[in-house]
Amino acid sequence: MSVLLNANSKIIIQGMGSAGAREAEISINYGSNIVAGVTPGKGGTEKVGVPICNTVKEAVNQYEGNTSLIFVPAPFCKDAIIEAILAGIKLIICITEGVPVKDMMEVNSLLQKYSDTILIGPNCPGVLSPGEHARAGIMPIDVYMPGNIGVISRSGTLVYETVDQLTRLNIGQSTSVGVGGDPIIGTSQKKALELFEADAETAGVVLIGEIGGSAEQEAAEYIKQMSKPVISFIAGTTAPPGRRMGHAGAIISGASGTAKAKQDALKNAGASVVLSPSEIGITVQNVLKDIGLL
Amino acid sequence: MKLHEYQAKKILKNFNVAVPNGIVINDIGELTNIEKDLTYPTVVKAQVHSGARGKAGGIKIANNFQEVNEYVKALLGAKLITHQTGEKGLPINTILLEEGIDIQKELYLAITIDGSVSNPIFISSPQGGMDIEAVAEKDPNAILKTTVNADVGLMAFQSQEIGEQLELDKEIIPQLHKILTGLFNAFIESDSSLIEINPLVVTGNGQLIAADTKFSIDDNAAFRQQEIFDIRDKSQEDELELLAEENGIQNYIKLDGNIGCLVNGAGLAMATMDAIKFSGGSPANFLDIGTANNPEAVVAALKIIASDTDVKAIFINIFGGLARTDIIAEGFVKAKKDGVIQQPAVIRLAGTNVEDGKRILNESNVEFELADGFAEGADLVVNVSNK
Repeated sequence: MSVLLNANSKIIIQGMGSAGAREAEISINYGSNIVAGVTPGKGGTEKVGVPICNTVKEAVNQYEGNTSLIFVPAPFCKDAIIEAILAGIKLIICITEGVPVKDMMEVNSLLQKYSDTILIGPNCPGVLSPGEHARAGIMPIDVYMPGNIGVISRSGTLVYETVDQLTRLNIGQSTSVGVGGDPIIGTSQKKALELFEADAETAGVVLIGEIGGSAEQEAAEYIKQMSKPVISFIAGTTAPPGRRMGHAGAIISGASGTAKAKQDALKNAGASVVLSPSEIGITVQNVLKDIGLL
Repeated sequence: MKLHEYQAKKILKNFNVAVPNGIVINDIGELTNIEKDLTYPTVVKAQVHSGARGKAGGIKIANNFQEVNEYVKALLGAKLITHQTGEKGLPINTILLEEGIDIQKELYLAITIDGSVSNPIFISSPQGGMDIEAVAEKDPNAILKTTVNADVGLMAFQSQEIGEQLELDKEIIPQLHKILTGLFNAFIESDSSLIEINPLVVTGNGQLIAADTKFSIDDNAAFRQQEIFDIRDKSQEDELELLAEENGIQNYIKLDGNIGCLVNGAGLAMATMDAIKFSGGSPANFLDIGTANNPEAVVAALKIIASDTDVKAIFINIFGGLARTDIIAEGFVKAKKDGVIQQPAVIRLAGTNVEDGKRILNESNVEFELADGFAEGADLVVNVSNK
């Protein structure tokens, strides 16, 4: 009952510095399968009980890693992602913030030739499937409970906020996917929606967007043909135009970037649009009741 | 990071994009030395990080040296207030003196990133010299978007298509191709996020010249664009935002309201502003503390928030992931004890180490109000700010 990540995922961590090691430990305690870490020059050592390899290829050959979680600093991130792609990793999740846009253009260009490889992020909180005890990311685990709602968000903290609101109402999650806050990302909101639509165990999806770009409008086009209900919140209703609100992608430049334009597109596509960020959970509850799932 | 017009034109010239001849001055005393180099009319252009400079009186046309002198004297050292700068305006420390050009036609040309296709995109319009957003709204068919595959670069047929849309004579299209190629190369090689030429002028004798330009660089590429970041003009940026940056807080943006916000994560920070508006209040700033891994960063953030004299109350809204709520709590208690913040504070903590965070707050003797959810927190802080 999940997308992308499940109990069989064998996770390697690229960049076992303090953040990578700390998150590895949390995931291991949660029950996730962290099989190896990758830090060039540290091969043969161990950190938080995880064997360290010099390269991703070694981690794939020796420990059968099939999922990679990246914490490598931004200037070296392009290299790390490409290493994972070429080593045959099928799911790559990049947490790192601050990757130059040009580097992501090059990565996405290469990914077109490796169409069975999925990149999530960069600048994202990762992926977590509570029913599978599978965590590849940095999110707090206490707020999750297993269930059938998918969560997609550009923002990391709004993943936590949304999951927390759902769990407090006793509504569990199948998987949460933080797609990332940058202008160019590996997996779009639309593609993440497709994954949840195809997942037999997901009954509905929460889509958390924000100002800037037109990814929500592209998602809305797909929502029109979805069988499952979508509940959406767009952050940044009060943001001034022309200012980059933290996320490189969150800047209103052009009419399609405003919260209003996105809310209208989602509403027209049949999604339930939540205006107040504290009413995401309750809106999901109401929608599920309306269609007889609660 | 934004470049000044004169800095942008210098880069563009290096990439074979034709720009008017110009001279840059920072002091009125420099005028006597360059008098012999001026031709008339000369355009006197205030260099500030804002559009709409013409309407605000920042661009003047001088027909003789006396007028140049007069305009430079009036502009240098003054502040230019445009509808984009707010009432404080921006200081004019540099003037660009440019030869006047014989404008026959004004076009619009820009290159930026299209995130949906992961490639650069040219935006062009035969309606130049005005706000492109206004054109997009009134006459969307007048705008052409051309995606360039970054792997192969700009193709000649694309210049042909853009040239036809710009209604250019076929003799001019090779010039356009040169400009588009130069723009594309400048965009890629300088890690740009936007280069806009508005207007791109067709002169009376059939020359294409970039008369005005806006140029922005991807901040994330600073580590490999040292030369460009060295010419960053901090005098054009907000003082509090610079102070934030110096303290390792990349994401502080001053707004007009009176409720200071300290939040982790850009999305939650925006949602917190939205929630405050929903509760009838108004946020004084956007601040994403990011992954605060030491209490000092929290103290610094609170200091910046509190130094905005409009701030009547502070809302701390943290949902810890990588960020730890206990460190936020520690930083807040320290800021309160050291007298860094006098304003009343409402705190909402959730996520990583929340029990420790709440314990640190409750065991301290400092004043604050604790909120459970963030709607409750927003309501509380709006009430407090109205007192």
